[in-house]
Amino acid sequence: MNKAGSEQSKLPQPLWLLAELTYACPLQCPYCSNPLDFAKYKKELATDDWIRVMREAREMGATQLGFSGGEPLVRTDLEELIAEARQLGFYTNLITSGVGMDEKRIKAFKDAGLDHIQVSFQASSEELNNFIAGTDAFQHKLEMARLVKKYGYPMVLCFVLHRRNEDQIRDILELAITLEADYVELATTQYYGWAYHNREQLIPTREQLLHAEQVAKEYQEKMKGKMRIFYVIPDYFENRPKRCMDGWGHVFLTITPDGTALPCHAARQLPGLEFPNVKNHNIEWIWNDSPDFNKFRGLDWMKEPCRSCPEKEKDLGGCRCQAYMLTGDARNADPVCDKSPHHHELVATIDRVGKLAGTPEFEAKPILFRNPKNSKKITSDKETLPA
Amino acid sequence: MNPITGDNIPAITPTFRFQWEKAQNCFVVLYPEGMVKLSHSAGEIMKRCDGATSVDGIITDLHKEFPDTDLDVEVYKFLEVAREQGWIRTK
Repeated sequence: MNKAGSEQSKLPQPLWLLAELTYACPLQCPYCSNPLDFAKYKKELATDDWIRVMREAREMGATQLGFSGGEPLVRTDLEELIAEARQLGFYTNLITSGVGMDEKRIKAFKDAGLDHIQVSFQASSEELNNFIAGTDAFQHKLEMARLVKKYGYPMVLCFVLHRRNEDQIRDILELAITLEADYVELATTQYYGWAYHNREQLIPTREQLLHAEQVAKEYQEKMKGKMRIFYVIPDYFENRPKRCMDGWGHVFLTITPDGTALPCHAARQLPGLEFPNVKNHNIEWIWNDSPDFNKFRGLDWMKEPCRSCPEKEKDLGGCRCQAYMLTGDARNADPVCDKSPHHHELVATIDRVGKLAGTPEFEAKPILFRNPKNSKKITSDKETLPA
Repeated sequence: MNPITGDNIPAITPTFRFQWEKAQNCFVVLYPEGMVKLSHSAGEIMKRCDGATSVDGIITDLHKEFPDTDLDVEVYKFLEVAREQGWIRTK
């Protein structure tokens, strides 16, 4: 978050509370950031639990609240949670696919005090959108985006970009203009959860990225003062890692549907961590005192090459989850950094995909869609793998 | 857009939220997924952008509360920034 004219206090505050209300979702996007084994978490927090979580986080200084999922609209108590959050003084963001929404609900959310709605699109064309989403949602999304504007919400449209839709970038931005978006998020897929599993089918080519960046810049200029366009830099193609989550346990607090507290929504996969659950602990203890939220705070946990790196305070060694996924050790440097001894492996992956992209055999490899059936299958496959 | 004048009436844009944050000990501007912390003087100016008071009126009111401060230039400067950021609208 930006700050102007004021000192940051010394103890970090969980300014951003991400409430993943449910893993249930009518869409099947193959780049979903939910964990692959989401189907095994069936028990969701009750309304009262969420209200307590929101109250405790607010007392700790949380200001931004995201209702996310899965698809948060699946929760029938969403209106109630919004009203409570707004009363507590949160700025409330609904992060949704739009599926499960109608005019009645949009109005009810407004009456409850919802501040903002972010609608995701999977592509600018109906055919590709519905293929990626795994359901016929495009026309409904258009309708919902129009209603979001009609009811006076600021609207963010989010497009996750990857090899299949990256070349639609101009059409995507034109669609956003037509729908009168206030903000557009062009988010190159980050390879966690399902996206990591499907990354060969999703990684764009360097040419595609270069083109997308140019077009995004052109529209940023053209739409200045009317529509803000955020182009999220694809970190796989960089030489220095992102300052992930602005630091572990620094700003972000994610609560998963079953009440597990995480410093980021991908952290659940890290081995050796038993993240605390809001059913057993209050937010103050979780944020300030729990061993897991302190595990990668500061710089003392670092190994070489980060430990002696002059840039360590700038990027904090990058992303712990990415370090774990790509090197097997969460304390290693994020291999996006070219000082990491694993960086060349990442470059090789990108080069290999770049060469094979567009060839019929490579593109025919099936995408694994995010749904409970695939989640159960992939989890049981993993568990039966020989050690 | 024309420069802001004394008879303009600034109002907070409905798609932004302005509020006091106890935990930050300052006024903030909130918008989708973001927050800007305001300095003390910026907060005092924004607080008076009620859609009914003119810029002249805001300055008069600020002079009453902070009699020893030369603040006219600062008010105009901040309001220009706030309008450019979209936090306020003027009529």
